[in-house]
Amino acid sequence: MSPRGRQILFLVAAGGVGALLVWGLAGLPSFGQFDGVYADFLLRHAVMERHATNVVMAVTFDYRGLDTMGEEFILFAAVMGVALLLREASSEHGYPEDAERADAVHALGLFVVPVTVVLGLWLVAHGHLTPGGGFQGGVVLAAAAVLLYLAGGYRAYRAATPASLLDAAESTGAGGFVAVGLAGLALGSAFLHNVLPYGRIGFVDSSGTIAVIDSLVGLAVAAAFVLLFTEFLEELIAEYAESRDT
Amino acid sequence: MIALQAMVIGLLLLAGTAAALARDPFRQMIMSGLNGMLLIALFVVFQAPDVALSAMAASAVASPVMIAIALAKVHAHERDER
Repeated sequence: MSPRGRQILFLVAAGGVGALLVWGLAGLPSFGQFDGVYADFLLRHAVMERHATNVVMAVTFDYRGLDTMGEEFILFAAVMGVALLLREASSEHGYPEDAERADAVHALGLFVVPVTVVLGLWLVAHGHLTPGGGFQGGVVLAAAAVLLYLAGGYRAYRAATPASLLDAAESTGAGGFVAVGLAGLALGSAFLHNVLPYGRIGFVDSSGTIAVIDSLVGLAVAAAFVLLFTEFLEELIAEYAESRDT
Repeated sequence: MIALQAMVIGLLLLAGTAAALARDPFRQMIMSGLNGMLLIALFVVFQAPDVALSAMAASAVASPVMIAIALAKVHAHERDER
């Protein structure tokens, strides 16, 4: 197809998609006016029913906990797939020589990495109280590991995240989620039913199993993302090692 | 608040266009990372902190890092071929 023909095709298609988007946007309920029955009910009752002040988390880890378990296992399966595909190529090349880091980068890392770890832990631990939670906090924790690599180099990164620890954390997080669900069944109620005492509203030890699942998801997600990063990094190192050897 | 929302939307339009127009993949990565950061700001000014945190996970951390590693691997491979 000639460049001119492609341009015409693009303009027609872009115009069509644009018109559809504007049409869809016009049909949305106005801002803050969504009238879903489920949302109204949850906003009115979730805090008193589950003692979790973050209603989003009460939905994802309790009312619709099964959906979240499915999501958790999608991530788990994806990371396992990556590890299975990539792991055999790695580990035979040993430690690569790191690029020399400037003192300023080291100093910045000393400051940024601990702060990021604390932020991640805080997000995980307070998921049922304030915005945040296991997924978000877990990724922030993984980001701390990436920052450690950027500031401290490969050796420091691998020392802080040994593969055996990552594998254990990943499977404990994912398996623990199922175990909490089974606890509901064992106690004669439904799968993933909130069987723990709800505690005082607004405190860290409130909301029963929501806080427990939140921590488990935080563990699994942090390990999953660090594992992913490690596997891709090893691939890269293998590639560099090959191009150096030849 | 409305001025802030308009400003963030305007910046997003600019960053998105810049990411689409950039020819060099590395520049594209930087611009799409910036686009992701602005997306976080967008969710914050529209009062959706939970979504902002999720966006932080996906668009500011995970995707730029993955693209950066993929680019580095492609570069190493290209150097290999030569």
